[in-house]
Amino acid sequence: MRDENREPRQTGSFEQVVLPHLDAAYNLARWLVRKPQDAEDIVQEAYLRAFKFFGGYQGGDARAWVLKIVRNTSYSFLEKNRPASLAEEFDETIHTAVSEQSGVEGAILQSADSEMLREALDELPVNFREVIVLRELEGMSYKEIAEVMGKPIGTVMSGLARARTQLKNRLMRMRAEEGQRDLRK
Amino acid sequence: MTCENNERLLRAYFDAELDLVRSLEFEEHLNTCPRCSGELREQQTLRNSIRAANLYERAPDSLRARIQATLPAEARPQSISTTRRPVIEWLAIAAAILIAVFLGVKVIPDIRSQKQNLVAEEIVASHIRSLQPGHLMDIESTDQHTVKPWFDGKLDFAPPVVDLATQGFPLVGGRLDYIGRRNVAALVYQRQKHFINVFIWPEEKNSAKPPEVQTMQGYNVVSWSHNGMNFCAVSDLNSMELRQFADLLSR
Repeated sequence: MRDENREPRQTGSFEQVVLPHLDAAYNLARWLVRKPQDAEDIVQEAYLRAFKFFGGYQGGDARAWVLKIVRNTSYSFLEKNRPASLAEEFDETIHTAVSEQSGVEGAILQSADSEMLREALDELPVNFREVIVLRELEGMSYKEIAEVMGKPIGTVMSGLARARTQLKNRLMRMRAEEGQRDLRK
Repeated sequence: MTCENNERLLRAYFDAELDLVRSLEFEEHLNTCPRCSGELREQQTLRNSIRAANLYERAPDSLRARIQATLPAEARPQSISTTRRPVIEWLAIAAAILIAVFLGVKVIPDIRSQKQNLVAEEIVASHIRSLQPGHLMDIESTDQHTVKPWFDGKLDFAPPVVDLATQGFPLVGGRLDYIGRRNVAALVYQRQKHFINVFIWPEEKNSAKPPEVQTMQGYNVVSWSHNGMNFCAVSDLNSMELRQFADLLSR
């Protein structure tokens, strides 16, 4: 029984297996590189790569397989064209500065509108954007995210926790700034 | 302030990464720990804001077309044969149909899965409608012995009604619904703040089918058949917990 499963389990053609995940691919690329045109180019390149590697695809989670290629293509793009955006990866100054004021987030967060959320997520370091997008927008499990990122589950968990805290803090700060502007009016 | 050990548990619970037993244990802890339950509410608020913000960026149609157009041309050697495709393709289709008709099997599952998709679409639409104010329940009760008799005389079958409150999915009510051109029973369960609609109607061929998860318009849909009934559960709950719920219900 087991041995049968060892046979290449790839079921279905490239079109059936990989094309359905185009939205997921574009969404991830779009949030990683931020610019729609760059995202389109990356997805196209990633799909060409996926096509070339498709022979090696052994079945299993096709979405994670595709997103892994999209992720790697996006990071190569960033390394080449915007190395500075990768440097912010470990910047946690904002995180540590604001996290003390816990307790009021709930009230503040409720009024976070979509524009504000989009901006706050866009401002996060790339690896934090990545975990939030995979978990909250794509609804992936820790295991799937770990597969996409090529990192251990523990790293995914701690990254996700830090990303959420940063996102929350950014929203709080933006909300506070907006409140001050409103007062001045 | 003493809950640091539980921080990882809380995150895993929030992301539905705990198994049933550990998540029940953690729920017990939540009842007695305002700090953890407060943190959980905060996380939920953040998640709700993210969901409400519609941040998902769908691929533009132009990109889809570009990829479909460039892939075979650039990367597929056998695409040379596409120039002679019409005749061959039609012959192939004809042959496939003949074989399928002859064997009498292959096409039926395809038609069936298409039909299932239509049903799933209807179910998601019905789920969304049910969440509008005042539409969710005809009978509001957490008691399975109240909900089940309520369906008597309203349907031509008796839907199985079980409460899963002890497993973290309390039954909150039921209503009549209309799916796939027939009256169906809709049971409403709750998981924290998420509502789950379970649609139930008789399975004609009396065949069993294990739970199968689908995503549609951002909702998760799990459908299965057993004991002569079709079940379809739909919710914005994550797929893992919804699957867990389906497993509990099909026991």
